[in-house]
Amino acid sequence: MSPTAYALLNVGGVLFFALNMAAGLIWLERRLLALFQNRRGPNRVGPFGLFQPLADMVKIFTKEDWIPPFADKAVFVLAPGIVVATALMSFMVVPFAPGVGVVDLDVGLLFVLAMSSMGAYSVVLAGWASNSKYSLLGGLRSAAQMISYEVFMGLSLMGVVILAGSFDLRAIVEAQQGLWFVVPQFLGFVIFLIAGLAETHRLPFDLPEAESELVAGYHSEYSGIKFGMFFVGEYVGVTLVSALLTVLFFGGWAGPWLPPLVWFFAKTLFFICFFILLRAGMPRPRYDQLMSWGWKVLLPLSLLNLLVTGAVVLVRQGGGP
Amino acid sequence: MISALRSLWYVFLNVFRRPITIQYPEEKVKLAPRWRGRIILARDPDGEERCVACHLCSAACPVDCIALQATEDEHGRRYPEFFRINMSRCILCGFCEEACPTYAIQLTPDFEMSELERQEMVYEKEDLLIDGPGKYPDYNFYRVAGLAIGGKDKGEAENEEPPVDVRSLLP
Repeated sequence: MSPTAYALLNVGGVLFFALNMAAGLIWLERRLLALFQNRRGPNRVGPFGLFQPLADMVKIFTKEDWIPPFADKAVFVLAPGIVVATALMSFMVVPFAPGVGVVDLDVGLLFVLAMSSMGAYSVVLAGWASNSKYSLLGGLRSAAQMISYEVFMGLSLMGVVILAGSFDLRAIVEAQQGLWFVVPQFLGFVIFLIAGLAETHRLPFDLPEAESELVAGYHSEYSGIKFGMFFVGEYVGVTLVSALLTVLFFGGWAGPWLPPLVWFFAKTLFFICFFILLRAGMPRPRYDQLMSWGWKVLLPLSLLNLLVTGAVVLVRQGGGP
Repeated sequence: MISALRSLWYVFLNVFRRPITIQYPEEKVKLAPRWRGRIILARDPDGEERCVACHLCSAACPVDCIALQATEDEHGRRYPEFFRINMSRCILCGFCEEACPTYAIQLTPDFEMSELERQEMVYEKEDLLIDGPGKYPDYNFYRVAGLAIGGKDKGEAENEEPPVDVRSLLP
């Protein structure tokens, strides 16, 4: 196979994986939540309700696509696209298995962080362009939340970068062949998990769209496929954070007996299920609690983690002054 | 922090519990005998209408969904000329059943009353009348009431003394 064809196959495969994962997660999340709540969940459409996402898709495509007359039209239309685009762009650098993955950037991790920062624009612009108070409040909240949680999301990963000596995600996975980074970097793992939740604004950190306070937050005014795009973006984001957790802390594709791709998917799916469990079992914090928790607890902890990791690595190498 | 992890664990334990959902159309709900569902009009054991068109049910109805008009047959028995319940307005409170002096109007354990047309939710007398006596099989109002109708004069009802002749009491 020619290199071009192989690269195209990779691109198509990653796109297929990410988008189908988003569709499948709609079903998985509802079934799992039902399981945690002693219900049954959607089980009417197809076997085990597996065709529910298809039915949802047909419904959301045929809904009236309404742009409120008071909205800023261009930005209103643009905003849902950004969230999907940035989440999919991040998947570009995720190494699925040896030889599977779109591109290996030397700054892969930085690229992911940059793209997740870009994703914040989507929510803020959606809240702004909707021109309604609930949307604006949701947008403001998400701006504050994403900026403050991004700070230590990056810092919590620096421990991994120090240990691996590279920003390249594939190199990070290869550096974990002996020991998964979750052991030496447990604190970094926990902080990144929390920050990742906040970045994708999943429950319990769904304050930008807190339905009990803000109707639906930044997507109050959205309908039809634009609303659907926000959902796809959210689920792609969840998949992305799970994949990153796998890559950065749980050895990526490494694992015995099974093929590497299967290991990667299994680990990713485990974290996705864990996120859904978090949604089922955690209450939403108050907004000031969220902010003070981020700045007063997690930021110092991640700095401490960075300091200790750096010191240990320096002592091990026998370097330093 | 610990409590959050503990609550996560408790939520996770639900995975091993049986869902409490009843898969409704396949699996039927068990309804209590006194369930207040579809309204019916019962007949007495002789097969006549029990309703005596006293309007107490429509007076008791908090949402005014019962409409009827009284009339009399050639024997002097009162019965409703029409009896109409707007079931789309009915709240199934059962006040009509409590108000009814003749056990005519009764609520039954049946809730599957969906219709495609809204007008179909207005039940006329022929929709409401059933063939049997419902919950009170032996009760017949005209047999126990001291009301004179054709074929049954005063004093001929069950457990009823013959009417007192006022003049015979004179000394």
